Amino acid sequence: MEIKGENYTIGYESDTATVNFQGSLRLVGMAEYKPIIEILDSAIAENPSTITLNLRELHFLNSSGISMLSKFVIGIRKKKTISIVVKGSKKIPWQSKSLKNLQRLMPQLILELE
Amino acid sequence: MIEIFGDFSESKLNNEEFLIIGFSPTSIPIKQRWRNNGLSADFVADYLTTFFPVSDEDPSTRERQVQIKGAVSYIANELLENAMKYNDDASKYSIKFGLYLQEEENDSLVSTVLIATNSVSPANLDTFKQFIQDLTSSDPDEFYFKQLEKSAEDQTGESSGLGFVTMINDYGATLGWKFESKPTELKEITVTTMVQLPL
Ligand SMILES: Nc1ncnc2c1ncn2[C@@H]1O[C@H](COP(=O)(O)OP(=O)(O)OP(=O)(O)O)[C@@H](O)[C@H]1O
Ligand SMILES: [Mg+2]
Repeated sequence: MEIKGENYTIGYESDTATVNFQGSLRLVGMAEYKPIIEILDSAIAENPSTITLNLRELHFLNSSGISMLSKFVIGIRKKKTISIVVKGSKKIPWQSKSLKNLQRLMPQLILELE
Repeated sequence: MIEIFGDFSESKLNNEEFLIIGFSPTSIPIKQRWRNNGLSADFVADYLTTFFPVSDEDPSTRERQVQIKGAVSYIANELLENAMKYNDDASKYSIKFGLYLQEEENDSLVSTVLIATNSVSPANLDTFKQFIQDLTSSDPDEFYFKQLEKSAEDQTGESSGLGFVTMINDYGATLGWKFESKPTELKEITVTTMVQLPL
């Protein structure tokens, strides 16, 4: 499964339950994030033991995008059966500033910043 | 009439080093300009890096430049999104976006000020002021998590209410707002959002 926009690509690898984000995501409000939310939801629907979000090539994310990631983490936290790994990069400023908040939403979340 | 909320200081706009971009609603509809926001935000962030040159002898200068660029581009994009999203389409006023540099006496740059001005429709005015009041009277960290949990519950919600609070919480910015009633027959109201970012 893959979504390609003007400046971004989001792909889901079912065998590793990994969602890969690339590029720059600055969509308008929740409505435009819907197709991406659907990918995230379908990852949850497969009920893997761990879902990985790979953000290492996601250079920009606006506040609506941060909201989307937070909703996803809260959804997993409620489900209680899936663990989550978030791979980020310290070299990308928004990640070094904002990703720690995801971990505060769900302390069991594994944040791998490199 | 002028009404101020938060930390808004007119004197920060007196500096001679600035960049202003205007968007007129009469050339193309404001709502169709969304893709410009990212471009404009990246442009002003890039422009600002001129003032923070990288020195090969000091690797921390490169890191600093990356951080400044990231912060300015995030904040500029959020301000532009809001100005475009919430601008009153019935108004003929242009949307204005500006970046001002603050210098200290020893000529070193210490902070940058970003502003965005747009018209507010009378119908949105009270919700907006209420939001500002809630935000400025809360602990930003608590407010942030409250917004996150709230937007997670709200399936249909269009606005996540995270733009301002991420600027404060994640980037250490200070925010202020100026509401101005224009002395025209239509009594239009504009808002200028001011973000002060320590560098
Ligand atoms: N320039 C503006 N003109 C009029 N109203 C505004 C403006 N900026 C913000 N607001 C009001 O303040 C609220 C908070 O703005 P904020 O940017 O924090 O969140 P948001 O735009 O709702 O969502 P997000 O930025 O997370 O996508 C908005 O929902 C809107 O009601
Ligand atoms: Mg916003």
